[in-house]
Amino acid sequence: YRGINKVNYTSNLNINEPSLNSTVPIFRVLNDVGDISNNCKSIIIPENNDLIKMYKSMVLLSIMDKILYESQRQGRISFYMTNEGEEAAQIGSAAGLNSNDLVYGQYREAGVLLFRGFAPEQFMNQCFGNVDDLGKGKQMPVHYGSKNLNFVTLSSPLTTQLPQAVGSAYSFKRSKVNRCTIVYFGEGASSEGDAHAAFNFASTLDCPIIFFCRNNGYAISTPANEQYRGDGIVSHGPGYGIATIRVDGNDILAVYNAVLKAREYVMTHTRPLLLEAMTYRRGHHSTSDDSTAYRSKDEIKQWSIKNPIIRFKQLLEKNNLWNNQNDVEYEKETKKQLMQSFAIASKKNKPNWREMFNDVYHEIPNSLFAACIEMLKALEGKGKE
Amino acid sequence: MHSTINKYSLVCHTTKNILCGCLKRHSSHFVYHPEPISNELGKTSKKNMYQAINNAMDLVLSKDSNSVVFGEDVGFGGVFRCTSGLRERYGKDRVFNTPLCEQGIVGFGIGLAVAGTTAIAEIQFADYMFPALDQLVNEAAKYRYRSGNLFDCGKLTVRTPCSAVGHGGLYHSQSPESFYAHAPGLKIVMPRSALTAKGLLLSCIRDPNPCIFFEPKIMYRLAVDDVPDDDYELPLEKAEVLIEGRDITLIGWGTQVHVLLEVAEIANKDFGISCEVIDLVTILPWDKQTVANSVKKTGRAIVSHEAPLTGGFGAEISASIQEDCFLHLESPIRRVTGYDTPFPHVFEQFYLPNKWKCLQAIKELVNY
Repeated sequence: YRGINKVNYTSNLNINEPSLNSTVPIFRVLNDVGDISNNCKSIIIPENNDLIKMYKSMVLLSIMDKILYESQRQGRISFYMTNEGEEAAQIGSAAGLNSNDLVYGQYREAGVLLFRGFAPEQFMNQCFGNVDDLGKGKQMPVHYGSKNLNFVTLSSPLTTQLPQAVGSAYSFKRSKVNRCTIVYFGEGASSEGDAHAAFNFASTLDCPIIFFCRNNGYAISTPANEQYRGDGIVSHGPGYGIATIRVDGNDILAVYNAVLKAREYVMTHTRPLLLEAMTYRRGHHSTSDDSTAYRSKDEIKQWSIKNPIIRFKQLLEKNNLWNNQNDVEYEKETKKQLMQSFAIASKKNKPNWREMFNDVYHEIPNSLFAACIEMLKALEGKGKE
Repeated sequence: MHSTINKYSLVCHTTKNILCGCLKRHSSHFVYHPEPISNELGKTSKKNMYQAINNAMDLVLSKDSNSVVFGEDVGFGGVFRCTSGLRERYGKDRVFNTPLCEQGIVGFGIGLAVAGTTAIAEIQFADYMFPALDQLVNEAAKYRYRSGNLFDCGKLTVRTPCSAVGHGGLYHSQSPESFYAHAPGLKIVMPRSALTAKGLLLSCIRDPNPCIFFEPKIMYRLAVDDVPDDDYELPLEKAEVLIEGRDITLIGWGTQVHVLLEVAEIANKDFGISCEVIDLVTILPWDKQTVANSVKKTGRAIVSHEAPLTGGFGAEISASIQEDCFLHLESPIRRVTGYDTPFPHVFEQFYLPNKWKCLQAIKELVNY
């Protein structure tokens, strides 16, 4: 049969019940109290400096989240989405990539961009849509992008980035530039048709791509058990002929090692890999959402104990790389700097209104020149009143 | 008392009196007008439209090593032969089949373009582009704008066969250009001939914006021109005045241009009406100036397309003419188009805005 490699016949008419398959285990390095498991073989622990950088990035991300979340509550920015609970999945994966690997994200991956060097002020410029926003004030807050940091500008429609990331991976394969793409998405986004398209294209066209699913248990109010009935997202892999890894998304060392290994796999085999990071969305879906309307406070509290930042800090403390005093100082200094950046970003002007007509096309068509002139007349009229 | 026309009375009247004699298959509803022979662009050879399109892609693949052609069944040459021989010449990593999934094809093409590869995607029939509507409208069209020009997918071109073919029924006949014309950021182009197909496709592929190239499939074999062998590009966003006239302006694109050319001949010969015929060529962004200049001269306009009337691109053109040429208009602007029905199978000849319907509209407007 075309498309099936090994064929066996059977005289038993059996229904293959999915429940007969066992659940794919979750790879973890750190236990809940921050000890490295004795059974972990051939894992890579980053240099001390790198461990501290990873930790600081997680903390910085969580402090920036708090400031921007609060600023939305005060009406200073129109919208925000936090990364609470998913810091390890983001920073751990970013640390496992090469800096020129192309990143396609969904919207809860600010940590990846932060780890690559996007400055807090740049995040804030985007949220304010001010004159220094690289996106020129055109998109809602948290829709970041950076050409220099190989982070493709985010868009709101879910999962559209998946088949696109596959296309970019195909391009890299052909040009032999030793780059792969990584594409992030939530477990809810996995239900979109574009996810199916992407998995199948990546597999049949042999693309070096890491599909990184953040399975955080919820898509806005919809719990994951109303999103799928299989063994999570990782179970999609075999059906498409795609290799998989399931990892503890609250364990930064597990994520780091999983992505390192995934990257090596996709580059040496020129094949896709699907990685599912199990985590929990501790914050609200967005500033437009009150998640206590559909989940209990107990549930949230239970997960806050498993905070990936605390878990990693315990490891650092045990190795004398960090202590509470460091925490206090770092938080104080970071908050101060972030508040300064925030004040600067908030005071910058918005871009000129003419920017509204730029970049629709590579060049400005006649019809938009005409529209711009109409707009100018309208503004002059308003001025006279 | 008026007798009301309802769906039953329509069926009763038409089936008995008109339909019965006309259900024979017509070979085509138009006469192809070949392009005038010109040596301006160098040596030419006879090519039909699919060969001209094939030749355009061949040129791109040979000159731009970072270019690829992909879609459903393009590997063996395509169901309309547009890609025949390309895989043999350029390898299966550059000319390849994809899984059967339109949203995947366009999304994949966008990603190629974002990474700098010239991506020539094929959607097998324009009727099947709708699964990719999201990728085209929300993604391709908005990529440059939303990123502040950090990223773009300008190297993407989506080719797709469109329009009536005689017996295509609902899903092999559609002309969906107006759905996409509502998406700023896209360029939408439809050629009328083998010669324009090659030049316009080359322009689309090299244009730094995502383009949809609609190929009127009835002309793949029927349209034969003396097509230049060399590389040449024809301007996008530029309408073409094919016949100059005094009394009325006829605007169309794709196959319908040939209907209008024939109508202009008949109107001139039988009724002494002088028609100016314009091929719009680019649906988005479209050439308002050429259209307005013409209507200011003639004072009358008909827009004609195969797609349904309501929300068709004819509405956009009519409204624009009315704004730009109000004091010059001698009669209402008329739209002669497909009806607001799905595209029918056995009733195709009744559905299409054929030369008789166009001629009738011309006579009415000139005598208005």
